[in-house]
Amino acid sequence: MSFINYSSREINCKIVYYGPGLCGKTTNLQYIYQKTSPEARGKMVSLATETERTLFFDFLPLSMGDVHGFKARFHLYTVPGQVFYDASRKLILKGVDGVVFVADSQVERMEANLESLDNLRENLEEQGYNLDQLPYVIQYNKQDLPNAAPVEELSKMLNPTKVPEFSAVATTGEGVFPTLKAIAKLVMMDLRKKK
Amino acid sequence: MEVLYEEEYRAIQEIVERLCRDSNSKAVLLIDKNGQEIASSGEIENIDTTSLSSLTAGNVAATGGIARLLAEKEFTGQFHEGEHTNVHISIVAQRVILLVLFDQRTSLGLVRLRVKKASKDIQDVLDAMAAKEHQQSRPSIFEEITDEDIDNLFNDD
Repeated sequence: MSFINYSSREINCKIVYYGPGLCGKTTNLQYIYQKTSPEARGKMVSLATETERTLFFDFLPLSMGDVHGFKARFHLYTVPGQVFYDASRKLILKGVDGVVFVADSQVERMEANLESLDNLRENLEEQGYNLDQLPYVIQYNKQDLPNAAPVEELSKMLNPTKVPEFSAVATTGEGVFPTLKAIAKLVMMDLRKKK
Repeated sequence: MEVLYEEEYRAIQEIVERLCRDSNSKAVLLIDKNGQEIASSGEIENIDTTSLSSLTAGNVAATGGIARLLAEKEFTGQFHEGEHTNVHISIVAQRVILLVLFDQRTSLGLVRLRVKKASKDIQDVLDAMAAKEHQQSRPSIFEEITDEDIDNLFNDD
């Protein structure tokens, strides 16, 4: 849930990166962290296993400029993608203002993408949210891999409601900032609508 | 959307400062359940309070998840004992988290006692705030922000 502090003149919002295991959610945040100036970001916190799989969440606080004297701050979170961490994913969705679904473009991960998308919808509903009414964008990651399905095909399967979608290669940063900017903008527009 | 106005912020900040002083603690943080820092006091210069807030909220959320699994409503408090710093975490009015960092200059008993009083005071401020919200709608910053402002915020430099 967004938090507007009139005393510190800040608008704080929470964005969650969701998607199947190993789709590149953490890589998105790592790239954003590396490419953002230290004044605009805080520390990146990763609660990961010894094998660097996300155990609970990654967290990256980010400032994205001023609007009418208020600092627009975004708290980026990732969820653990592995199926058995569902209880943790539910906790992280609490208070979410916007969702990025990171899909793994590899043909053999299509089922995992669909399963994760269903899981996202269900978990949001449990918290009283409807994915169709929430600021939401999709990223088709790993487009550089030889076994990646074309974006049109992925879009047909994963984006029936035609939300903004982005082709990406998170390891090189392609598509990472366009995705972030799109969701941040949708979140701000949504707050304005709800004023 | 949660909104904190100047007046309530000052009231809450005062309570947090008093708690830090009266309990002889190193630092006190008030955090919302989604991990946003609301107010802080004490020796916080060398602490990354943003990360601390997010991790504390994650911790409280996970503990709440455990409580539900065990058919408990909520575990209202947590205590972590460290070599140099101890941490006392409690939930106030089911809405916000009070985090106290303290060392050997004080005791868990005193911290608990002062936290209890501060929790009541914070709850009163939150209740008054809710009542006020209910009675009158206050101006929102988003009445001044236009679509164009938002466009400009995300324009490529």
